[in-house]
This record gives sequence, structure tokens and C-alpha cells, in this order.
Amino acid sequence: MLADMARGFLDGAAPVAKLRKMRDAGDTQDSALWKEMADMGWAGVLVPEAQGGSDMGYAAANVLAREMGKTLAVSPFISSAVIAATALRQVADARAEAALARIAAGEATYALAVDEGIKFDPEATQMTARADGNGFRLSGKKQFVVDGAMADRLLVLARTDNGLTLFDIPADRAGVTRDRTNMIDARDAARITFDDVEATGEDVLGQVDQAMTVLKPALMAGQGALAAEMTGLAAGAFDMTVGYLKERKQFGVEIARFQALQHRAAHLWCEIEVTASAILNAGRMMDADPENAALAVSLAKARATQTATLAVQEGVQMHGGIGMTDAYDMGFYMKRARVGAEWLGDYSYHAEQVAAARGF
Amino acid sequence: MSVETTPDAVREETAPDAFREELRAWLEENCPQEMRDGKMAENSICWGGKNWQFTSDAQKQWLERCAARGYTVPTWPKDYGGAGLNRAQEKIFHQEMDRINARKPLQSFGIWMLGPALLHFGSHEQKLHYLPPIARGEIRWCQGYSEPGAGSDLANVQTRGEDKGDHWLVNGQKIWTSYADKADWIFALVRTDREAPKHKGISFLLMNMEDAGVDTRPIKMISGISPFCETFFTDVKVPKDQIVGEENRGWDVAKYLLTHEREMISGGGAGLSGGGRALGAVINDTMEGLTDATLRADAMRCEIDSLAIGLTLERYKDQAEAGQGAGDASAMLKYMGTELNKQRHELMMTAGGSDALEWDGPLGNRAGDWLRTKANSIEGGTSEVMLSIVSRRVLGLPG
Repeated sequence: MLADMARGFLDGAAPVAKLRKMRDAGDTQDSALWKEMADMGWAGVLVPEAQGGSDMGYAAANVLAREMGKTLAVSPFISSAVIAATALRQVADARAEAALARIAAGEATYALAVDEGIKFDPEATQMTARADGNGFRLSGKKQFVVDGAMADRLLVLARTDNGLTLFDIPADRAGVTRDRTNMIDARDAARITFDDVEATGEDVLGQVDQAMTVLKPALMAGQGALAAEMTGLAAGAFDMTVGYLKERKQFGVEIARFQALQHRAAHLWCEIEVTASAILNAGRMMDADPENAALAVSLAKARATQTATLAVQEGVQMHGGIGMTDAYDMGFYMKRARVGAEWLGDYSYHAEQVAAARGF
Repeated sequence: MSVETTPDAVREETAPDAFREELRAWLEENCPQEMRDGKMAENSICWGGKNWQFTSDAQKQWLERCAARGYTVPTWPKDYGGAGLNRAQEKIFHQEMDRINARKPLQSFGIWMLGPALLHFGSHEQKLHYLPPIARGEIRWCQGYSEPGAGSDLANVQTRGEDKGDHWLVNGQKIWTSYADKADWIFALVRTDREAPKHKGISFLLMNMEDAGVDTRPIKMISGISPFCETFFTDVKVPKDQIVGEENRGWDVAKYLLTHEREMISGGGAGLSGGGRALGAVINDTMEGLTDATLRADAMRCEIDSLAIGLTLERYKDQAEAGQGAGDASAMLKYMGTELNKQRHELMMTAGGSDALEWDGPLGNRAGDWLRTKANSIEGGTSEVMLSIVSRRVLGLPG
């Protein structure tokens, strides 16, 4: 099974110890690991076979994301293999196909540059793409561009005359200034300034003024995969916590014997199990009926955010003082959970989406 | 259930197979209009039984028509009064019932609890004898589990069955026997070996409530009604063939039945049966616009959890079809579903404001329903017992 295979690989190739090592060295990119993931078909999980992908679908992508969440594996999987690949698949032209082939091969990584304020809100985009001859001039600032410091290419959302337009440009184009941000989760992200950056009609992904046609499915795909990663993260933190309860002794016995802790652990397991159902449903809906998957995806992200937050808080609490130390891994889970909670829409954002769909 | 933005529209388009077509036509023709209001309140339920008084001709008609097709227990085998539906057909069945907002034709402890236990542990003769009357709504069952000294510690039951050769002589007392005063028969946990360890001396016996020596006394609850009773057994003779499973192995049957009871109780909590009306919509109706920001936020969270728990119930049902029952995880479903249902009713009370504070006031029995939910996290095993089950059996923490 895909999950077992992924788990076996990640336990060996991308344990939390690896993230720790990268953080200590100041690295945010593990190119060798990404190449291995590409060789296994993970980078091309959503890329058609004609472009060299494994085309396994969203449910499978979520399985991979969940397993990566368990070990906090560092990769541009969600940004490139999920978000960018989904965006590119909405566009049926030779350029997009070539880009998909490069993603599947692990030759090109992407980052999505949407946020301009402290919260996810694509509709509020202020960055402009001013028409200039046959092309455009991009000016503005983006922040919290996850995987944006190291990505080869950027998907940039900007305002055009009559709406929003999505651009696909190389990250090293003249006028693009990337400042890597020192993130709490030690993962790659950047603040990016666009100073009169030149873009051609070729750089437009989809239609001018019609960004959402391409971006919305891509966002949903990313949100679903991120929810899956966070559920994996919750499970990883939970396993570590239960393991500790069984081994740590106080008052002469394993602390797992104390009912107060048993019930906290049991409650957390229940929450994780319920959230897992929402994740499975989101993947299934994205594969079977993407037009109507918005509620399922927001439900998954809202639940995953709550559950991951609970899992890391309970993780630290039940570990006691050792859970607060940098030497112990629990802190890495807590920090990643916090970043995941904000990325691509926080709990409130997704709760509102659910509420709207359910007639509130 | 898949969570869809427009469930009905999507359902219209998916899998319009022969079964669905035929079922839809049958429902259209046979479900009386009065039964298409989706009501699930206590006083709209058809419980069946010898003493059942139908509240309308439509209720009677609906039960009889469904029973004739096996639709009161759609997944039971045809030989035992069911329609023999597989999981995929069962889903379609519920979708089509929800689509026309049909009431359930019959609900009973026979359907939810004894039926599954008999199907698993009963002999063929027992199934033929006991199941069809349940499916037709002719015999109403109640559950004799708890005792004054055996609540959370259920295996401590002391009601005693003395071996008298061709029968057991039963003496003792049960409590919280739901609707014992209205039931025709009772399935009960009875201690048949007082020397054995407590889990190993219990038998699962079936008793006729009309037998000499069986008495019931209703208990008035905080909700104002008396769904629960005390039941007393004084020298009741129970023939030897009225045992399910082996003698002194009744705890196995009891546990199996409890997993079904827990799944059933948790389903009520998710609030997804009967069309799964969103909490927000319910509150909107009461408040003429959900303008209270705090209540709205709480209701949104409750709605999110309801949907996710509903999906979890479906996931476990799918696994059950694939041969993996919910098993110990039914404790999780029960715990999460019932705690949620309590929250849901708290929010509905808040939404109702002072109108909700009257018995049979402008909002009907909202207060009674609210009070009734407080038992959800106690009956069928308390939330704390559920967490202990998860802790020990799922997580493997020491007991």
C-alpha cells in the first residue's frame, strides 16, 4: 500500500532528526530528498502520465502529505506537486504540459505568492499587473510565500484591469527580490517584492482577469493536502506522546496508568480519528467531483487545524518539562502545526466557508 | 455521506441505477404524504409492539407497506424479515428516504440491539422465531442491562438465574430499562454462575414481560417524561431455549450488542439522519437571523464537528461492510457523538432564549429534548467509560 511504502521511505530518509539538522545548518531545501521523491512518482502524483507523472489523484496525494506530516519531512510537495501541478493542469497548452513534465521530474519547484497581509485573502489582492504593450508590469509585495525562497518559479496573483490574473514566472526574473524569512518551523518561506517586473502574455496562466478558474482548484488541492499533512503531524505528535506515557515513570509507575492522562490521550485519539474521516472525504471529493469539493476541503482544513493544535498542545503538556526543550522533537511539531494553521486559510477562514455552504 | 455543497443536486446525478429507480418509484407510490415530514421527535416515532397505538392511519399504512418489503430492517436477510440490501444499496435506500423526507417506518431496540446480536449469536431457529416479528413491528423489546449496583461496572450484575433443569428461575432487579412498561419482551443479563469470575458467569436471556413475576415501574426523569423504568423479577421461569449464545458466555453477546447500541446513540448525536439539517439553519429559523456573533461561532464549530463525525460513522459502516467492524472504536463514535449532541442542544436552547424555557411553549418540546440529551453521555456506557475503553483497547495503555 502507498501509505506503508511512504512510511517506510520517510522513516529512513526524512525523520525529524533530518529537519533538526537542516535547521541547525540553516538549510531550508533538501534537493536530494526531492529528487528521490520525484523518482518514486511523488512529485508527479498529479501529473498526467503523458508528461511523465504517476497521476495517482488527490486521495493518493493526501496519503503522501499525511505521511510526510508524521515525520515533518522537508519538501516542496504541496507547493509544487499539488498546488502548481493542479493549476497547470487547468490549462491545456504545450507550455503548461512542459511545466508539468519538469515538476514530475523534480526539475522545477514552485511557490504560490498570494498573501499580501497577515491573513490569507486572495480576493483582497492589491499587487498590480499593469498592461504594457503586449505584456504586463508587475508591482507589489507578497508575504508568507511558502517555499518561496528556494523555488525555481513563482505563481503570482495580481490585479489586472478587470479582475485578478495568475502569472507563472521564473523566480530570478529582473525586479524580483526575495527575502528569506526565518520561520518558526524552520521551513522555506519568503517575503517577495516585485518592482516593475516584466511579464509577457505567455506568462499568464489561464485567462487574463480569470485567475480563479485556475487558482481555485489549485488552492483547494493545496488546502486538502495541507490538512492531510496536519493530520499526519497530529498523529506523529500523538504517537510520540503515547510512547512517552508508556515509558515515563513517576510515583513508581508508568504515567500511562493515570486515568487523567489516559483520558486526555483517548480524547485526542478520537479527535484525530474523526479528522481523518474529513481528510479521506476531501480527497475522494477532489477526485470524484472537484466542482463540488469546496465544502469537503474547508471542512478538512478546519478540522485538521483544530486537531493538530490540540495534538501538539497535549503533546507538550503530557511530556511535561522535557516537551518544552529544544533537544526534544515535540517543539518541531508544535511550530509546524502553527504554520500549517495559517497557511492557505486559517480555522476562521475555513469555518466561514463551511458556514456559507451550510446556510448560516 | 459525502459532504457536498448541494447534496440533493449531486445525488440526482449519481448512480441512477436500477435499484434507485425502482425504490424511488415505490416510495413515491407508497409513502403517505403525512409520513414525509422527516419528524424524529419522540412522539412521532413508531415503536411497534402488541400494545402499540398508531397515531394515524398513515403511520400504520407506512409500517405495513415497508414491513412487506423488508424496509423496516433493510440490511437484514430476507428470511428474517429484511430486504437483504448490501451496503451500497443501503446508502441509496437512506438517500432516497431522506430525499422525500420520509419518517422511519419503525424504530425499536429490537432493530438496533437485539436484532444484530441474534443475527450474530442466535441459532437459525431463534432467528426465524424472533426476528420477523421485530421487523414487522409486532413485538417490542426492551433491554435489561443496568442494575442499581451495576452501572458503569455492568459486569457486576446480580440478577440471578437458578438452574432448575428445564428452566432458569430468575430473581433480581434491573434499572434504566427503557420503555419496559411498554415492551412485550426483554433481553437481559442474568448471573447464572455465582462462583465464576464476574464476566464469566453471565447469560443472555430472553423473557416475556407478560410472564408471572415481572413488574415494571416508570421513573420520572428531569425532562418530565418517563422513558426509563425499574424492572423487577420475582421467581420468573425462563425456559432453557430462551438463551442467546452459550450459558455463562452472555458477556460476549452483551459487548457485541453494546457496540451496536453505541453506534446507534452516536448517530443521533451527529444529527445527520433525517436529512441532516444544518444547525445554522435551525438556529436561523428560531432567531430570524443568526446575528449573535458568539453563538454563531459556537454553532459553526458544532456544525463542523457534526459533519466530520457523520463522515466517521459512514467510514466505519463502510469498513463494517468490508469485514472490519467498528469494534472498540464504537466507543469513540459514542463518546464524540453524544458529547456533540449535548453541545448542539445547548446551542439550540441559547438560540431559543426565553421561548425555549416553557414546557410545550412556542418551540414545542425543545427544553425536554435538551434535557433528554444529558443522558446520552451516560446511557450505553458513560463518556468516561468510553475513554477508558479507547485508552485500554485501542491505545494499549495499562488498565
